[in-house]
Amino acid sequence: MKPGEHPLTAFENFMEGIWKQNPVFVMVLGMCPTLAVTVSAINALGMGVATTFVLVFSCLLVSAIRNWVPKEVRIATYIVIIASFVTVVDYAIQALSLDLYEALGAFIQLIVVNCIILGRAEAHASKHPPLTAVVNALGMGIGFTIGLFALGSVREIFGAGSLFGIALFGPSFQPWIVMLLPPGGFFVLGAWLLLFAGWKQRKEAKDGA
Amino acid sequence: MTELRSAPHERLGLSVESIMLNVVLALLPIALFSIWLYGLSALVLLLTSVIVCLATERLFNHLSGQSSTLGDWSAMITGILLALVLPPSFPLWMTAVAAVAAMGLGKILFGGLGMNVFNPALVGRAFVQAAFPSAIATWVPSYAPNRFHEFIPTTLTPPLMIPPDITAWTKAVSADAFTGATPLAMWKFQHQLTAPEDLILGIATASVGETSAMLILVCGLYLALRGMLDWRIPVGMMGSAIALAYAFHLYNPDFFPPPFFVLLSGGLMLGALFMATDMATSPVTPLAVWVYAILIGLVTVLIRYFGGLSEGVMYAILFGNALAPLLDRSLPTRVFGRRKARKVAS
Repeated sequence: MKPGEHPLTAFENFMEGIWKQNPVFVMVLGMCPTLAVTVSAINALGMGVATTFVLVFSCLLVSAIRNWVPKEVRIATYIVIIASFVTVVDYAIQALSLDLYEALGAFIQLIVVNCIILGRAEAHASKHPPLTAVVNALGMGIGFTIGLFALGSVREIFGAGSLFGIALFGPSFQPWIVMLLPPGGFFVLGAWLLLFAGWKQRKEAKDGA
Repeated sequence: MTELRSAPHERLGLSVESIMLNVVLALLPIALFSIWLYGLSALVLLLTSVIVCLATERLFNHLSGQSSTLGDWSAMITGILLALVLPPSFPLWMTAVAAVAAMGLGKILFGGLGMNVFNPALVGRAFVQAAFPSAIATWVPSYAPNRFHEFIPTTLTPPLMIPPDITAWTKAVSADAFTGATPLAMWKFQHQLTAPEDLILGIATASVGETSAMLILVCGLYLALRGMLDWRIPVGMMGSAIALAYAFHLYNPDFFPPPFFVLLSGGLMLGALFMATDMATSPVTPLAVWVYAILIGLVTVLIRYFGGLSEGVMYAILFGNALAPLLDRSLPTRVFGRRKARKVAS
C-alpha cells in the first residue's frame, strides 16, 4: 500500500476483483481458459466456479502459512497448494457432471497454471491475514466467473442460438459457426474489452470535467 | 493565361476522393452486368451491402465524435466489392452481417481509411465464410427466366434463420443440368473443365461480380490507364499464377488444369484488379509491390490445388495484406545519389 492511502474496507476489498481489477476485463489475465472453454454459458460458469473454489482455498492456505514459508521456496509452495485444490476440483467435477468434465477437458488441470491464482497468492494472500485474503479471492473469483460468463453467453447465443442449452430462436436458427471457433473467442473478448475501455474513458472524462 | 506558382506543381489534380470515385465508376459496369445476370436478387444484394457499409461507417463516425467520412467514397467501394464477391443467393441478413464485419472489423477498428491492414471487403467475406459456410457455398444459375420479377428464394430469409433449400428452385429455372458448383469446385471435386468462352463471357456459376473475366479486365484497364491502380499488382499476380499453373500443367496435364482456366475462373481477375490493388493495404515501393503480387498469385494457385477449399484468392490476398508492411520495410527504394541505402540508426 502506498503511504497516504487508507486501507480498503472489507466491501471495497471484495469489489476489487469484480469491478476495478476484474481479472478478465481489466487485468486481462487467465486468457487461456477464457478463450478456450467459453463456447457455452454452462461451460463458462463451471470453469468460473471451479477456478473460484481453487482461488479461495489456495489464498486461505497461503495466507495462513505466510509467516512460516521461506522466501526462496514460496512459489513452489504455492504451486503445491494450488495443485492440491485443483485435484480436488478435478475429481469433484468428474463426480458431479461427467458432461461438464468432458467439455472442459484439460483446462481443469490447467487451473494450476492460471496466472490469476498464482498472481493473487503472490501479490495479495502472502501479505494479508486470512480473512482479508479470502474476501479478496472471492471477489476475484466472482469477477473471473462474470468475465467468463459474459463471453460464454454471447458465444452460445450466436453460435448455437441458445442459452444454458435452451433454444432462444426456434429450430430454424442459423448458427454462426465462427463464434464457436477460436476467432469467435477473440472477437467477443475484443468487443467486451472495447466496451469496458469506452465506458471507462467516458467516466474519466466526466470525472475530469 | 499562365500563372507563376511555386512548387509543388500539382498536374493531375488527383485526390483520394477523385481516385475513389473513379474506382466506383469502374465497378459500376461489373455491378450492372451482375444485375443483368442474376436480376432482382443481385440488385438488392448490392443495395444492402452498400447501405449497411455506409451506415456502419457513419455510426462509428458518430460514436467517435468525428465528422462524416462518407464523402471519400471508400465505404461505397467496400460495399460494392463485398456484394460482388458474395454468391447471388446469399441471404440479405447475412449480407448485412458481412457488411458490418467488413467496416467495423476490417476498417474502423484500425482507424479508418488508410490505417486498415486488410482489405475490408475481404475481411467481411472471410467472416461470413467462417460463420455461414453452407450459405456461402450455395450457387444459383445465371439467366434464370423470372429473375427480374422474383427473388431467389434464399434472398429474403428472415434474420437469424437458416435459408431454405433451393435445390427444387434451381432445377426449375435452369434449362440444362445445373450442378450447383462453381467451375473451380467442378474441377476440384468432379474433375470437369468449364469451357473458356463461358468463363470469359460470364455464363459460368460464380459470385455476383466475378463472372465475366473480360468485363473485369476492361474496367481494370481503365483504372490502370488513368494511373489509379498499380499495374504491377495485376500483372505480377496473374503472371505468377499462370506461370505456376503452367508448370503444374506440364508436370501432369491429366490432373492439373491448363493455365487459362486458372486465370479466368473464380475471383482471380476481380481480386487482382480491384482487391489486391487497394492502396491502403498494398505495399508502396516497386520491389515490394512485385514480391507482394507474385506471392499472392502463387499462394492462390497453391490453395486451389492443394487446399481444402476450391477458391484461394481471398485468403491469398489477406495473406499478402498481412505481409505488405513488412515487405515495404525490408525492400526500401534506393535513396537517390547513394550507392547503398544507409542503415537507419535504431
